This record gives sequence, C-alpha cells and structure tokens, in this order.
Amino acid sequence: MAAITFTVNGKRETVNVTPDTPLLWVLRDTLGLTGTKFGCGIAQCGACTVHLDGVATRTCVLPVSAVAGKRVTTIEGLSKNRSHVVQRAWIEEDVPQCGYCQSGQIMAAAALLAKNPHPTDADIDTAMTNICRCGTYQRIRAAIHRAAQGA
Amino acid sequence: MSAAPEVTRREFLQTATVAGAGLVIGFQLPAAGRAPAAAAAPFAPNAWLRIGLDESVVVVVDRSEMGQGVTTSLPMLLAEELEADWSKVRIESAPADKAYINPMFGMQGTGGSTSVRAAYTPLRKAGAAAREMLLSAAAETWGVDKSTCRAEKGAVIHTPSNRRLTYGKLVAKAATVPLPHDVPLKDPKDWKILGTRVKRLDSPPKVDGSAQFGIDVKAPGLLVAVVARSPVFGGKVTSFDAAKAKAVPGVKHVVQISSGVAVVADGYWSAKKGRDALTVTWDEGANASVSSASIAQLFAQKAEQAGAVARHDGDAQGALPGAATKLDAAYELPFLAHATMEPMNCTAHVRPGGGGGGGVDIWAPTQFQTGAQGLGAGIGGVPPEKVKVHTTYLGGGFGRRFELDFIKEALETSKATGVPVKVIWSREDDTRNAQYRPACSHRLQAGLDGTGQPVAWTHRIVAPSIMARVFPDTVKNGLDGEAVEGGVEMPYTIPNVHVDYVLTDTGIPVGFWRSVNNSYNAFVVESFIDELAHAAKKDPYEYRRDLLGKAPRHLGALNLAASKAGWGTPLPAGRSRGIAVYKAFESYVAEVAEVSVGSDGAPRVHRVVCAVDCGPVVNPDIVEAQMQSAIVYGLTAALWGEITIDKGRVQQSNFHDYRMLRLAEMPVVEVHIVPSTDAQGGVGEPGTPPIAPAVCNAIFAGTGKRIRKLPIGKLV
Repeated sequence: MAAITFTVNGKRETVNVTPDTPLLWVLRDTLGLTGTKFGCGIAQCGACTVHLDGVATRTCVLPVSAVAGKRVTTIEGLSKNRSHVVQRAWIEEDVPQCGYCQSGQIMAAAALLAKNPHPTDADIDTAMTNICRCGTYQRIRAAIHRAAQGA
Repeated sequence: MSAAPEVTRREFLQTATVAGAGLVIGFQLPAAGRAPAAAAAPFAPNAWLRIGLDESVVVVVDRSEMGQGVTTSLPMLLAEELEADWSKVRIESAPADKAYINPMFGMQGTGGSTSVRAAYTPLRKAGAAAREMLLSAAAETWGVDKSTCRAEKGAVIHTPSNRRLTYGKLVAKAATVPLPHDVPLKDPKDWKILGTRVKRLDSPPKVDGSAQFGIDVKAPGLLVAVVARSPVFGGKVTSFDAAKAKAVPGVKHVVQISSGVAVVADGYWSAKKGRDALTVTWDEGANASVSSASIAQLFAQKAEQAGAVARHDGDAQGALPGAATKLDAAYELPFLAHATMEPMNCTAHVRPGGGGGGGVDIWAPTQFQTGAQGLGAGIGGVPPEKVKVHTTYLGGGFGRRFELDFIKEALETSKATGVPVKVIWSREDDTRNAQYRPACSHRLQAGLDGTGQPVAWTHRIVAPSIMARVFPDTVKNGLDGEAVEGGVEMPYTIPNVHVDYVLTDTGIPVGFWRSVNNSYNAFVVESFIDELAHAAKKDPYEYRRDLLGKAPRHLGALNLAASKAGWGTPLPAGRSRGIAVYKAFESYVAEVAEVSVGSDGAPRVHRVVCAVDCGPVVNPDIVEAQMQSAIVYGLTAALWGEITIDKGRVQQSNFHDYRMLRLAEMPVVEVHIVPSTDAQGGVGEPGTPPIAPAVCNAIFAGTGKRIRKLPIGKLV
C-alpha cells in the first residue's frame, strides 16, 4: 500500500492503494467516480478514457503510481450540467444508444477538439479509435463536427 | 399475441411500493430529471403511470434499456394518449412483477424485438384511460359536461370558457374516478408525439457519467468477486488452494460456487489479482477433446443425413434431375460472441433469516427480470415476492443478458459470504464463457429451367439448437422451429422447395445473439439466391424482384433500397454493389452495400443503403439508429467475427483477437423507412441479417469470388 496524491476534477485526492492498481479502479472503487468505464483491461476499447494533464488517456492499464502529482479530469468533471460543447452536441445528435462507451468517446472527442478545433473526417478517423458495439460511429462523427461549430 | 395482463389497482399499489424501494436506494433510471417518490404521486391509475402534484409524469418502463430506445419509445406511447406535456415525462425502471409480463413471451423479459409491438396497444390504452379520468376530474371540479373539455399538453381545458387545470392540480380528484374501460384510441392522423423524432430521455445521463449501469452499483459493505471458471465448457472443480489468493491484500473470502471458485475482495483489482493467484485443479469433462476441426467434421457427417423436415412444397428431389442448370453449394458460419461493451456483472444480496426475515436484492443489467427473480427465490430460499430485482441500464444486451449465469454467480457468492457481492467478469471471462451464436453448416441445391427460372430449391441446416438448451419442450421430433427461421420462410416463388434441419450438439453452449438464427439463414438464403441470379445471367436485384410476387413487403423494401442506392448507376472505380432482403421479427429490411477490396485483400464497405418496412413507426430517429446499429453489428461479424475452439477452450479472449469495427471503418449508412400501415414489426434486430449477404454479394460482383464461409477475412 502507498499514499498517492493527485488532482481529480480540480480536487486534491490522496489514496492508499497498492501502487500497481490501475487508475481506472482507483477512480471507480476508491473514489466512487463510476462514469469512467471498464471495457477490456488492455487499452483496446477506450471506455476508460480520461484526461491526464489534458491528454486523452486510457486508464485500465495505467498504474495509479504513474499519476502522482498529475491532473486527472473524468467525465464527471468535464463540465457542470452537461454544458461542455461536446456533451451538448452529443445530446443534440442523440448519439448514445446503450451509452456504456460514451464517457470514453466524449473524453476522446473533447481532447481532440481542444488541440484541433476544426478536425477533418480524416482527423476524426485517426483520433477516435474507441470501440462502440452499438455502432454509433456515424453520429459520433456528426456530433464532433457539430461541436466544432459550437454545438 | 395474448392479451395484456389486467392489473388491478391493489396489485399496482403493491408494485408501487416495490418501485419506491428501488427509489430509496437510488436505482431508478435517471433521465433528464429525477423521478419523484411514490408518496408524492397520488394519481397512479395503472402499473405504468404516476402523475405527481408537481406535474411530473412518471412512466414505469418495464423493458430493459440496452440501447434500443425503450425508455423513450414506450413513454411516447403512453404520453400520446395521455396528452402529456412531454417535457414533464420521467422514466423509472420496473421491478420484477407480474404486472410487467411481456405478453409476447409470458415472462418479464426484453428480446425478440418485441418491446414496442407488445406495448403498442396496452400502453396507449393506459394513457387514454388516465386522460379520461383527468377529464372527468376537471369536469366535476367545474361542474360542466365532460364533452365540453379537452386534454392538451398536460392540462384539461374547458373549451367554452377557456378555463384550464393542469394535471398536477387534478390528481387527487382523478384518483377517485372509476377506471374507464375500452376508451377509443386516437386516430394516427391526430398524433402529436408518436411518429416524431422525440429526443431520447436517456441521452442526458449518458453524456455526463451519471447513468447507472450494473457495474456501477454501490451498496454499503459491498464486496467485489472475480470467479475462476473451468477453461473447458462443462468442467468442474476437483480441488483448489486458496492460500496465495488470500495473501493478496484486499481479498476477504474465497468460496466455491457452482461455476467455479469466487475470490471476493474490497475491489475489482484485488479480486482479480486474487483470482490470478488462485490454484484450481479442474476435471475438464467430456468436452476437453472438442475443437473447431472436430466440429467441422461432425457437421460434414451430419450434412449427409436427412433432417427433420421444416418445409416441403412440391417435389424438389424429383425436379432437380431434370433441371437445365443445377447448383450445389455448402455454406459455413462460425460461433460468435456478443461482446457487449459492459462485461457481464451482477450485484446480489442474499439476506439470511427464516420465518420471513430473509430476502434477496438483485441489481442487474438483465434482459430477464422474472428469470432473475425465480433464481433469487431458489438460491435465497424465499418466495419470489421477497426477491427484489432492480434493473439498471444495460451496457449492451444483444441476447447475452437474457442468460442468468452471471446472476446465479452473484447470488451464490453473496449467500456463501453473507454480504452484498458484485460479480464482475473480465473481458477475457466474457469472451470465453458465453452462449455463442451457433456455428453451423448448410448444404443447398437448386435447379433452373432453360430461361433461368428456379424450379427447385433444397436447404439442409446443420446446427446446434438454442431452444434445446433453454426451452427443450419446444423442440419436437428433432425440429427446432427457431433454428430454421428464415430458411423456411424463403420468400421467392419456387414450385419445389425442401428445407430440413439436423440438430447437432457440439458441446459448446449456444444462445441468443442479435437476430438469433436469422443471422445465419439470411446469409445462406440471400447468398444462394445471388448464385441463382448469376447462373441465370440475370441482374441480382431484378432476379429477386421478379421472384417476389407473393411477398409484397419484401418487394417494397427491396425496391426502395435499390432505388435509393442508385442500383445500376456507375460507381467509382474498384467499387461494386450487392443486395439482400430479409424478413425478421415481422419487419422487412433490404440493404445495398458498396464495397471495394484493397490490394491487401481486405474488403472495405463504403456505403450501405437500408430500407425498412416495420409497419407503424413510433420514433423514426430510433428506427434509423437501430438500423445503423444492427448493420454495424452484423458487418463486424461478417468481416472478422469468429470464435474458434481448441481442446474444449475458446481461443479468442479480448478485442485484440476478437476484432470490432471502429469509427474509421464505418460505412456511411443511409436508412429509408417504407411508409406502412401494415402489421408492426420490431426494429432492434432485423437490420442485422441482410448485411453479411449484401456485402458478400458485392464482393462477388466486384471480384467474382463467392464467399461461402464467414468471416470474410482477407480475400487472397
């Protein structure tokens, strides 16, 4: 067990866990932030995507020891009242079906738009590699373009 | 379809209490706003509706939301007749209760693309009766004739005086009005909500992480279990050594359950590390020698035997020898896993205490509430009414969550440890311990006359039976009616047809997978008719069209898809088109795929044009979304989906070796709805069956290579 301190959604947190615990499970089981999802455990699907110092990062294989002193933003901290432009675009396009992957999709899309405010279809293809089994990809693409226009 | 169950007010009040209990611990489905407590809802005329003093309209949704949109489409049915203000509609998940039996199944469950069809009349009637009661309450309040009042957007208006009372102000009086019977339903031309693109009520909680899936359930003292299961289907624990598992920090219990050994810890990571450290010796049982090769051999043997006759028109065997052209083909399809995004999980608390003190709570992403309830009663040793089933959002269902294996594990582990337990499956557990879409083998023969017209068609289906496992009584004389679905209903006009079925158990469990057995029969029938068109030197669209004279709804969908796709018009170099049409779950879907094959042999699907006739449409936006979704599901399987077996073990484990379609590979999907007042069909599944044959027919048109074995993989 080790005490590890980092910032989550603007709040400083110190957790006492075994240092190899993936950040995903610290967020979900220790901090109760269950918006970030478990999908594969091998960084293939992206359901566990958060922002680590602003960069979209898959947390199911990231030991919590690696985030000491860093800044983590989860879906719960992306905005207040679903006001982030990506969340508004997602609602406008009715993107979610089962919704399980959408936290990760939204975090990936928000990170993409933060560094590339007007992505092309090719940019979206490259950046959005998260898996959605409901096949909402067409609406994800439309929602990203909508968000780029201010949603 | 049997009649919807009558629910008395007394039964409903019992139900409302159960729903209230769900609310207290916070497992109702959050929508844009929170549903009010039952106590603040004096008007509850039936099992699906509560209207609050605060004007809230709570619709209790008795089907599982797994992405298909029932938490929007079912409230739309009720709200239309209620003349509700849609912005006031809230949703709540129904408990397990006989009030919520699916009339198309006789049990409370979600599947078979039945939700809207089953609810279409009962929910509208429920809304209409409530509206009449509110109208009566207002008329009584004003002392006017009810016929001079109208209901509109959550209020009753006295037309001559323009006086207005909102529903919230009428609930106390409405609750005293006798329940009216046989209230006529609105003419569809007067619909305001039905048939429109109402926004989904579950989108808001699904964009901010607040939607509660099964895996998100929290409860005081909750522990997490990860289970070691036999690597071979049907294997049993011989012995296990828990010492190393118990040495992992956080591990609290190691207990044997019927499916294996559960390691119970303070969180998933400790439980998984504990499970990895566990030593278990297995008796692998009879399936340890099963492999994909042995199954293929078994299928080949069985294909030589006559099967149980499923359809017999004319004399196909007699007509074949004299045909001018003869075709003979064998098709093969693999086992498929569901790969829901949310791995299997369930939370259960089995509370001991005989003499009425005991009880069971189950929090589950389940498609089968009364099944869960019955299991909880059996394991908990309590009557079913002591088992509360709290249905969370489902992170995908696709039929996998109609099974009860993950629920049984949670119940048994909670019972053994005495604490609330959440069982979580890893992705590897999920891929390797499922009930798979049946692998199968098909043998077909056809004969054409001198003009290319088919004179005979035979189809032998060699496949394991899902029904033999789950509802064995429905399999009669070796015939599983579900296994031959779509093979029997082959819609083309052919005078001599013979379809038979050879039930072939492989030792690998098979289960419901989006569109079930239609997924294989569509591929076979719609590929083979394409072979006939080619042999007849006819255009594959026109050949189908000319043979669908007795199948007008197939034809309508086919014509619309072909027209919208620009069938016959030039395509960019390297691209080709394929077409398929298929009926499933009473809906008719045609799809045209535009495909190219890269220099590496990998097919690429650029565009899919889909036409669907599902009868009256509740929400066209959801119909479109379901077609897109079903196409992606079927396309992923057609391109890469394959579960293979070696030494009784599934060889795939996770998304690196069980490949999923991603955004960059997504074709443009265009959905067109055939305007229709015919019988209503489902929409969750019917989009899946036609995509594999449409793509393979396009590959044939472009390359001359006929794909008779899925997945397609790379063309070499």
